[in-house]
Amino acid sequence: MKFPSASSPPAAPESTPARPQGLLAGRLHLDPPLLTGLILLCGFGLIVLYSASGEDLAQVERQLIRLAIAFSVLFVMAQVPPAQLRRWSPWLFGAGILMLIAVLVAGQIGKGAQRWLDLGLFRFQPSELIKIAVPMMLAWFLSEARLPPDWRRLSIAAGMTIVPVLLIAKQPDLGTALLVASAGIFVLFLAGISWWLIGGLAVLLGALAPLLWYLMRPYQRQRVLTFLNPESDPLGAGYHIIQSKIAIGSGGVYGKGWLNGTQSHLEFLPESSTDFIFAVLAEEFGLVGILVLLALYLFIILRGLYIATRAQDTYGRLLGGALTLVVFVYVFVNTGMVTGLLPVVGIPLPLVSYGGTSLVTIMAGFGILMSIHTHRKLLPP
Amino acid sequence: MPESSIKDHARESRLFFRRAVVTTVIIFVLLTVLVLQLAYLQITSHEHFTTLSRENRVKLVPLPPTRGLIYDRNGVILAQNLPTHSLEITPERVDDMERTLADLGRIIDISEDDLKRFHRQRKQKRRFDSIPIRVSLSEEEVARFAVNRHRFPGVDIQARLLRNYPLGEQMAHVLGYVGRINQQELERIDTSNYAGTSHIGKTGVEKTYEKTLHGKVGMQQIEVNALGRIIRVLESHPPTPGKDLHLFLDAGLQAAATRAFGDKNGAAVAIDPRTGGVLAMVSKPGFNPNLFVEGISSADYKRLRSSEDKPLFNRVLRGQYPPGSTAKPFVGLAGLETGVIASGKKKFCPGYYQLPKHEHKYRDWKKQGHGFVSMQDAIVQSCDVYFYSLSHDLGIDKLSKFLGLFDFGRPTGVDITGELGGLLPTREWKRRARQQAWFPGETLIMGIGQGYFLTTPLQLAHATASLATHGALVPPRVVQRIQSSQQQADPPPPPLPVQLPIVDTKNWDDIIEAMVQVVEGPRGTARRVYTDKYRIAAKTGTAQVFTVKQDEEYDEETVSAKMRDHALFIAFAPVREPRIAVAVVVEHGGHGGAAAAPIARAIMDHYLLNDKP
Repeated sequence: MKFPSASSPPAAPESTPARPQGLLAGRLHLDPPLLTGLILLCGFGLIVLYSASGEDLAQVERQLIRLAIAFSVLFVMAQVPPAQLRRWSPWLFGAGILMLIAVLVAGQIGKGAQRWLDLGLFRFQPSELIKIAVPMMLAWFLSEARLPPDWRRLSIAAGMTIVPVLLIAKQPDLGTALLVASAGIFVLFLAGISWWLIGGLAVLLGALAPLLWYLMRPYQRQRVLTFLNPESDPLGAGYHIIQSKIAIGSGGVYGKGWLNGTQSHLEFLPESSTDFIFAVLAEEFGLVGILVLLALYLFIILRGLYIATRAQDTYGRLLGGALTLVVFVYVFVNTGMVTGLLPVVGIPLPLVSYGGTSLVTIMAGFGILMSIHTHRKLLPP
Repeated sequence: MPESSIKDHARESRLFFRRAVVTTVIIFVLLTVLVLQLAYLQITSHEHFTTLSRENRVKLVPLPPTRGLIYDRNGVILAQNLPTHSLEITPERVDDMERTLADLGRIIDISEDDLKRFHRQRKQKRRFDSIPIRVSLSEEEVARFAVNRHRFPGVDIQARLLRNYPLGEQMAHVLGYVGRINQQELERIDTSNYAGTSHIGKTGVEKTYEKTLHGKVGMQQIEVNALGRIIRVLESHPPTPGKDLHLFLDAGLQAAATRAFGDKNGAAVAIDPRTGGVLAMVSKPGFNPNLFVEGISSADYKRLRSSEDKPLFNRVLRGQYPPGSTAKPFVGLAGLETGVIASGKKKFCPGYYQLPKHEHKYRDWKKQGHGFVSMQDAIVQSCDVYFYSLSHDLGIDKLSKFLGLFDFGRPTGVDITGELGGLLPTREWKRRARQQAWFPGETLIMGIGQGYFLTTPLQLAHATASLATHGALVPPRVVQRIQSSQQQADPPPPPLPVQLPIVDTKNWDDIIEAMVQVVEGPRGTARRVYTDKYRIAAKTGTAQVFTVKQDEEYDEETVSAKMRDHALFIAFAPVREPRIAVAVVVEHGGHGGAAAAPIARAIMDHYLLNDKP
């Protein structure tokens, strides 16, 4: 099937729009399987949070409110047709970059790093917006031309990723920089850049590692060193990893039971309700609980990839695929850190960790996926 | 056709599908690695970690360092740490907080303030942190709680070291005090070093030497059982205790000076001119610094804050008074050094001074005038007209430049924070601050230490000390040496005297001789403090609080106490080889010779007659 120009819609104009059926999918533009997966995951997360917070109902309530907000954002995003999103892409990206610069220039100081813009009523983290704006921008830019992209487009797209990543890394927020970089890389990968190029970049990155080491802040270097040998600093930075491994390992296959985890309840495990909540789950629900959690994540991610492959245009495919894969990066980097596979990078366990900012962004991403899936038009046979 | 306009959708869709399959494979591989790692941790090493978790429940506990002690020059302790008992609650272990607090209130006295503080801290801290509800329990209260302890799970008696100032009020303005760390301080300090510390220096020496006194936090790895009780200590990195401070201050002298004030308000400073060491530093009234350590009650604090006598105000460092006639020796020295006048040259004092072509009469304190006076007569009798004339001849620029040499108009650099620099007016200052030109009349009144000219008592003592040493200006110091408990005493930081550029020894001698005659001469204004045990060089001063109109007379009887003049006095002794320089300000004390001089004399007597050199 060939079309004369990119501007004409892929669907035959004379065919009647045949949307997915049912109330959820048809009218509300929600995807029932994905929604079910998300709700199950969040429910599981709340149960773990209650234990991790030291049975603090108030904390669970606050998380519930955040979840309600996040699901509302998902619902709103699902109503926006992909064509609309596509038109917004460059504007959102431009606004995101400007705000990142504003944060660097006049940002509020928080934990020694500048991440927020104070908008009076609330604090806004532009890096969260950019997590979605980068894949949107790249998907828009690359889908404007034939795929796989030529060298010129490729280098421009690479620049569109590197600029925000550097701005975020300067804040410094290594975790978010990593997520934004991976979002950009996924769009490029899904757009079909050649394997030769991927191989070449991998080699180049390996060669640049010493430079990266040079650019890192002392605390970031410390984290890498601690990762390589946690026992070298059992009282300091290595303490997190050692305690986390004890929590996971002592959980065994079936776990110690809900609310019975000693590592978190006796406060050995730091950040037990935020970045290290996975260890609480592993301690109390064991390997079985972890497999359930990972199965839920896997289901959500596979559903996301399925939605992406079924999307009707390149923009939807690239954006949907990248947003889904970023969630996998969240999961893998967090669990890898908690289990000692990866160095400590401040990335939460998506939809489970206590905290609101990234939760909203992730849900917005799923909203976009649902929108891509439910705004399709039936193609003529 | 341009390449970008052709899109092969089916091909792109297939390309995407292939890539999606590749990523799915990668996802499965990575998840497998993760599950293998989990299986290794949870199955293969399960027993190992279970053992660690069950028997080796290692907890990190910060060990706060012991705060350094503060001693006076003779080893008298000025600030110490006393063990006290406090009642603390761990919210996590209390089921019904309201009832527990009510029941506790029945056996131990808990005030409204205690409750307020407890609830405030409860919001800031974590549920398993122990929060004090009452501090400084008496022996009896400790016993009463111990008997009832079984009724109060989650409530414990904790022994803590609490800062204590045995001399209380007398030392409050020098030492300052420690208090609970507040929000602003929390943002400034290294929180890991203060992990176990609840108090921080708020003012005075305690604040200035906070880093030295605090020490470095230690860490302890402890093993606790399933209930969180400590089983044993695994590894201990002991804290480095704070270093002790030895001050130049003499506690006995400080007490004598405080006593000499009686119920009057004011300030006195004594400095050893040879070292710059501050021997006594009194700001009256004082306050009880121990109140602040335990957390002052809001009623007490309000009383201190709203008191008209301003007990919290450090008059020595921050009280800015017109120096009055105590400025005259310095102005006289300026006249001699610049050659504007010779010491033997006499001026006529008719009781007033008029600027050329001006009607305004600048009056002398002695209505009938002093007649013909030399420099020495003018200082001894405190003749204003002589100094009006001299200041006019000097001019404002020379005058303030010369006075600036003695550190007037800027902080002396003493090692206590919060010092103010007084005010040494210049043409430039007036243009900037008042948007006005300098008037010649203002030079005259500055020459007798009035007008805009302001000094702190510390500045006066510092400048007096530099008269005693013929111009070797040593920055005042409160702390003599720093000593850590393990090591030998650190060598004292070498004093860095700045030699003033006044070379003619005769000029110094003339001024000092005049100051001796203030005490010894038949017409000296400080005759009443004469002693035959040692020789004193001094100058009295009276600073106007209230301006007398042109044709009125100042009458001490009719002016209310709050409007009465401040009495000032500066002195050093013995004249040969001076060992002490003193400045005294008595607020609303009236005449310097009558109100301030006896206090200075008491200080010098105590130091020179009791203390062995």
